[in-house]
Amino acid sequence: MERTNTLSIQQSRDNDFIREVEEASGQTVSKCYQCGNCMASCVYTFAYDYPVTQIMRLTQLGQRDTVLGSSSIWLCANCQACTTRCPQNIDVAQVMETLRVMSRKANTVSQRDIRVFYDEFLRSVKTFGRVFETGLLPVYNLRTKRPFTDFDLAPRLMWKGKLSFLPARIKKRKKIAQIFEVIKRDRFSKDGKARPEPLSSQTDI
Amino acid sequence: MKRVAYYKGCSLEGLAVEYDRSTRIVCEAFGIELVEIPDWNCCGSTPAHSYDPLLSAALAGRNLAIAADNGCDMVMTPCPGCLKSLKGAQETCEDPQQRKAFVDLVGKDVDGLKTVSLLQLLYEEVGAEALQKAVQRPLTGHVLIPYYGCLLTRPAQKARFDDPENPISMDRLIEATGATAPDFPYKTECCGATYGVTRNDFVGRLGGRILDMAARLGGEAIVVACPLCQQNLDMRQKQINKYYKSAFNLPVPYISQIIGLALGIDPKVLGLNKLCVSPRVLLEDRTQPDQEAQRVGAAVKPGPNQPGGIAGGESIQPS
Repeated sequence: MERTNTLSIQQSRDNDFIREVEEASGQTVSKCYQCGNCMASCVYTFAYDYPVTQIMRLTQLGQRDTVLGSSSIWLCANCQACTTRCPQNIDVAQVMETLRVMSRKANTVSQRDIRVFYDEFLRSVKTFGRVFETGLLPVYNLRTKRPFTDFDLAPRLMWKGKLSFLPARIKKRKKIAQIFEVIKRDRFSKDGKARPEPLSSQTDI
Repeated sequence: MKRVAYYKGCSLEGLAVEYDRSTRIVCEAFGIELVEIPDWNCCGSTPAHSYDPLLSAALAGRNLAIAADNGCDMVMTPCPGCLKSLKGAQETCEDPQQRKAFVDLVGKDVDGLKTVSLLQLLYEEVGAEALQKAVQRPLTGHVLIPYYGCLLTRPAQKARFDDPENPISMDRLIEATGATAPDFPYKTECCGATYGVTRNDFVGRLGGRILDMAARLGGEAIVVACPLCQQNLDMRQKQINKYYKSAFNLPVPYISQIIGLALGIDPKVLGLNKLCVSPRVLLEDRTQPDQEAQRVGAAVKPGPNQPGGIAGGESIQPS
């Protein structure tokens, strides 16, 4: 991971980034005075490259690449502890959510396996209208080359009759697929600038 | 009879089938008619949110629209994750800037609907007092830990139910069944369920902490109201034990199962046999004083290397 050079931080300041985050999240990120309550409340701080307090600060400083490429925004579980405890009433979890959406659009998702899992989840919803739990895992395992993830759970779940081998499909699947298509078509135009998703090894739903 | 639209969500069709079953039975027992939303679809959960908030709103919104078409003004879901999406859909629909896009996708607006969790429905529409009066088989003598999870009452402005830091609704319902509900410091701590598949070590760490605290308080079981918390703490308890070097053996029943049990409903009908960790300990009748003496503080023996174990965990040894 490339650390941000704090001495020359103003040179990489992107004012558009601050504006985009505040507009999309509806939160005034500049109100954050770095008290650290969010970081102290966050049970994932141990796994983050930048604790959430620093994500807030880096966002205030317009550090687009550092923030959107951080592992923190993708390891956040959206548990709302930060939001609940922010003395400035900033919905910090909402800011993190917005950063995730932006990082997907910019194709800078740092955690490939989490993105693969989310993609397969959405693909399942798009195809069947519901999530097919039993089908989701093997596909994820294959795509992330970890074929035995959670296989230890299978026998017991089978015994308990909790594994289904056929997906539950809803009748109006076409309507669901249509929602996906419209969102996919429009999600870049909302920003005012048309930016097609870059072609890369990362797939899309 | 109160008519409530029922959005069960994908989990309750698969890994949380017992939550669905017990929810229906308990609601019926209290005269609440659940109308399952016809042809409901997945709310999209976290993946839809992080793709585009409008996708999440539209997916969840379609279900709300169908509920409204069926003449319901209240929608209940037992899953806090689904509830968050449903509330997000309502918020998007009310936002003047996004309203048009939302209505275009969903087909209609979803104004005037009330969305609640199962816990809120039971607490507000039934209430602890009515439950206490209906108890047939008191759970007196059992120590049950109320665990709410992170999303049930948070964020406060959106959930608009109970307290975001120290919720008490489930405590009151557990107490109404006759059982003891100790103050649980990790009531709303995140259990890491989102990362069950992708970052299993997170689950070991966060789930382990919750199980550990529950055992220290002498809990016999952790009562939950979220299918993800349940799967995480129950189905993955063996994985947690492996990571945490512990030997927890705590059943994790749903609040609806506990209430059903107190109402005298057959445990099998409530799907208690579907839990991974056997909930047999909950079936013991401890209402007689002589049996009180046999009370086991916790069904847990601390592992040899329990991290941070307090004095070898004597306090949680079976008495």
